Amino acid sequence: MAESTLKIGTEAPKENRLGLKALDYQGGKSTLCAGCGHDAVSNQIVRAFYEMNVKPEFVAKFSGIGCSSKTPAYFLGRSHGFNAVHGRMPAIATGAILANHKLVGIGVSGDGDTASIGLGQFMHMVRRNIPLIYIIENNGVYGLTKGQFSATADEGSKLKTGVINDLPPMDLCALAVELGCGFVARGYAGDPKQMIAILKAAIAHDGLAVIDVISPCVTFNNHEGSTKGYTYSKEHDELLHQIGFVPAYEQIEISYEPGEMREVDLADGSRILLRKLEEDYDPSDPVQAITRLHKSVAEGSMLTGLVYLRPEKKSFMSLLNVVDQPLWSLDEAQTRPPKEALDKIMRELM
Amino acid sequence: MSDTLTATAVLDEPAAAAAPIVNDLTIHVATVNGSGSQSSNSVLMRSIFQMGVPVSGKNMFPSNIAGLPTWFTIRANKDGWIGRKKEVDLMVCMNTQTAREDVEALQPGSLCIYDAPLNCKSMRGDVTFYEVPFAKLAGELAQDSRLRKLLTNMIYVGIVAELIGIEREEIVHAITKQFKGKQKAIDPNVAAIDKGLEFARANLPKQNKWRIERMNATSGKIIIDGNAAAAIGAMFGGVTVVTWYPITPSSSLCESLIDYMKQYRITEDGKATFAIVQAEDEIAAVGMVLGAGWAGARSMTATSGPGISLMSEFAGLGYFAELPGVIWDIERVGPSTGLPTRTAQGDILEVATLSHGDTQHIALIPNSVSECFDFAIEALDLAETFQTPIFVLSDLDLGMNNWMSDPFTYPTKPYRRGKVLSKEQLEELGGKWGRYLDVDGDGIPFRTLPGTDHPFASYFTRGSGHDDHARYSEKPEVYKATVDRLQKKYETAKQYVPKPVIDRRGGATIGFIAFGTTHYPIEESRHQLRTERGLEVDYMRLRALPFTEELAQFVAEHDRVYVVEQNRDGQMGDLIRLELGEEQRKIRKILHYTGLPCDARSVTNAVLQMEEDHDLKVLRVGVEHAATSNAAGED
Repeated sequence: MAESTLKIGTEAPKENRLGLKALDYQGGKSTLCAGCGHDAVSNQIVRAFYEMNVKPEFVAKFSGIGCSSKTPAYFLGRSHGFNAVHGRMPAIATGAILANHKLVGIGVSGDGDTASIGLGQFMHMVRRNIPLIYIIENNGVYGLTKGQFSATADEGSKLKTGVINDLPPMDLCALAVELGCGFVARGYAGDPKQMIAILKAAIAHDGLAVIDVISPCVTFNNHEGSTKGYTYSKEHDELLHQIGFVPAYEQIEISYEPGEMREVDLADGSRILLRKLEEDYDPSDPVQAITRLHKSVAEGSMLTGLVYLRPEKKSFMSLLNVVDQPLWSLDEAQTRPPKEALDKIMRELM
Repeated sequence: MSDTLTATAVLDEPAAAAAPIVNDLTIHVATVNGSGSQSSNSVLMRSIFQMGVPVSGKNMFPSNIAGLPTWFTIRANKDGWIGRKKEVDLMVCMNTQTAREDVEALQPGSLCIYDAPLNCKSMRGDVTFYEVPFAKLAGELAQDSRLRKLLTNMIYVGIVAELIGIEREEIVHAITKQFKGKQKAIDPNVAAIDKGLEFARANLPKQNKWRIERMNATSGKIIIDGNAAAAIGAMFGGVTVVTWYPITPSSSLCESLIDYMKQYRITEDGKATFAIVQAEDEIAAVGMVLGAGWAGARSMTATSGPGISLMSEFAGLGYFAELPGVIWDIERVGPSTGLPTRTAQGDILEVATLSHGDTQHIALIPNSVSECFDFAIEALDLAETFQTPIFVLSDLDLGMNNWMSDPFTYPTKPYRRGKVLSKEQLEELGGKWGRYLDVDGDGIPFRTLPGTDHPFASYFTRGSGHDDHARYSEKPEVYKATVDRLQKKYETAKQYVPKPVIDRRGGATIGFIAFGTTHYPIEESRHQLRTERGLEVDYMRLRALPFTEELAQFVAEHDRVYVVEQNRDGQMGDLIRLELGEEQRKIRKILHYTGLPCDARSVTNAVLQMEEDHDLKVLRVGVEHAATSNAAGED
């Protein structure tokens, strides 16, 4: 099996460009089960923000309810966090970003939180293209309520109790593509290198980045017959391409054979490099993306990589055409029209 | 005019030789919704207003786009009584579906203009009828059938004007205003007015019972609906994030706000100093408001009862995690879809403790368009001061009907942004602070905003148990301390919310308590009780939850206190009783819940009956005549 990422540039130094250490990006101690896929994702979030030189004070973390939604307490302790209500994190995150669009927003949700109770808000967040990194830690079960199937559980997969799921799974990547999301990826908690490449690209992307991460639940969905456990995922992981990420500040020339590599430029000047593993996969083609996702479901494989990329799509904040200064910080002089304005309105009503 | 179409006046009583009743008249217009009658009714109302006569207009419309019965009541009253009055003096019958009921409901001696094919004159003999061939008259004005329909409505304005003496010049002025100076729309409408005026002058017998005469009681006043007033208030209150989901009767609040913001809140380089989002539902709408409030914005949404129900979970989060945000509830008749286009004050209990667990909410209750304006600003200040959702309880009658008012006062006080620690303050504190620490002893903690550039600025917001440093906790003593502090914060709010307005008459032994739009029938009822029965009644108008100390004091001063409200169970009465202890025996409830605004006479009669029989603790009033029910039975 091929490596999921491309080696680019040098190893990160002990301090990032802000003079901060990786420790400055740590959060509280995790209270999740030992071996939980979610902790692996949290670790990569810490690394990605550190290596991308994002000041933690300018990050806002959001989550809904569930095991996955606990994790924002376990990374970026110097960022404000908001553990909202079940399935409604997109609304909270949307409101916060409307108030302050300078925030770098990261939301962590789960398959129960997103695909069931929060499906409506998820879809409308995608439609709006809220500038936010939205991670779904997808394990096919409700962990915090002790192991019920979620809507992403595969057909025929088995609960620990022996119950078989006979409903089709919801593919959140396909749904995000369908609704026009400009950045759709699937990762696997057991492949940290690919995860960090995806996360870095997501941080650089202006707009919503949906990242569906297969993140096994060691307690309730990691047994024989489970299709979201470590063993199954490892055996069925199918890479769409090798991913390389070149941040804007790195002036690295990458040489590759014509046709071997696809390069995607992001608005901030950074680049995503995709080394083709499948000859003709074009991540800017939504129809192909959905077809490919359907194919992987039919074949029982777990397709990972950057499924769909359309970085030029306008984010909601630019559609709203708001002032550059965060709305929350506007003062009376900026938001209270003068007395003449009220006088005029009153005259019109006389 | 063709002779066969000449109007008939059936005068059963001898023509009144008595002096005409000047500037005290209720006009009731029955039309079909979607026929464009709203513009005509607005013009009619506005032209009376422009003649200096106090006037109010109430639209009773169905939950439907076109084809169902709708009524518009205009009450002109020289003494300024602008509450609803049930008795109709001048009826305009344009709707075949309701004509019989409309006519049957009239008081003997009243006037009735009707569309000729309805043949209303055959229905009874004790009403003065004016038959008008509207189709023929409209046909003389326009070929296009849609336009004819619209102009028909303007013709009745001309007829009414001629009959009661509204000046043509004022109607033309009102039309110009209505159609925003667009000559193409103004001309045909003025032609229709003239058609009506001329027809009435040439064909209809004069009446001298009711007259509108020029007076000077409206000069300098404005006409506006409560929703638009709230929108203007929010704009001048510095709202920056607005979310909404369409629901009658609240939609026009945010729609007005969008219009005003586009006009007055765009910078010179064309950028918006606001974000307005139409959400996917009310859950998302309130979630965005609280998210924005958390990040420091002055945020608000507007909805009605069903939306409030959907916001319930988030309301609990907002209360417990201490998130600012303003929620307008333009109340309508419930439960469920109820009567979505009719008015009520039925969400009091729901809002007072909205959500699960122990919750208490601060609510403001405006009674007028000017209070809608003021409270829109006040609510934004209170939300940030108290870091909690603030509800504003309006209703359909206030929100969607047009009201006369003095112009609003320009707000001069700076915004109150609450206890927010800046980067500099955090530096002074050496980074030592606790999100939920009650530093000042008022129950209101300090907060920081995301994006504050200080390594100790951050905290973790959660709806689960947390200690005073926002750390997760399930400890019994920590939870108890948190909710006890929240109660202390609520106690503090009593010093900040608008006080009730109390009007005492020397020597009164009984009192009224009311709030919101019930104010209008109460004031008129007090006048009726005073002038007709010599009975003085004191009055306290509540303007907020939590109650302030004035409530217990007011009840203590009286033998009996009548709480009048527009719901079945007397929700505010119950909250008041909970507050009072022993004194609650003095509370009496008068309840009006027909979907139509409460009227003074119903209240007056109830008080008289209950003063006769002190054991009567609750009286339900206001059963309406058939003509204001929905004949088509639309659900």
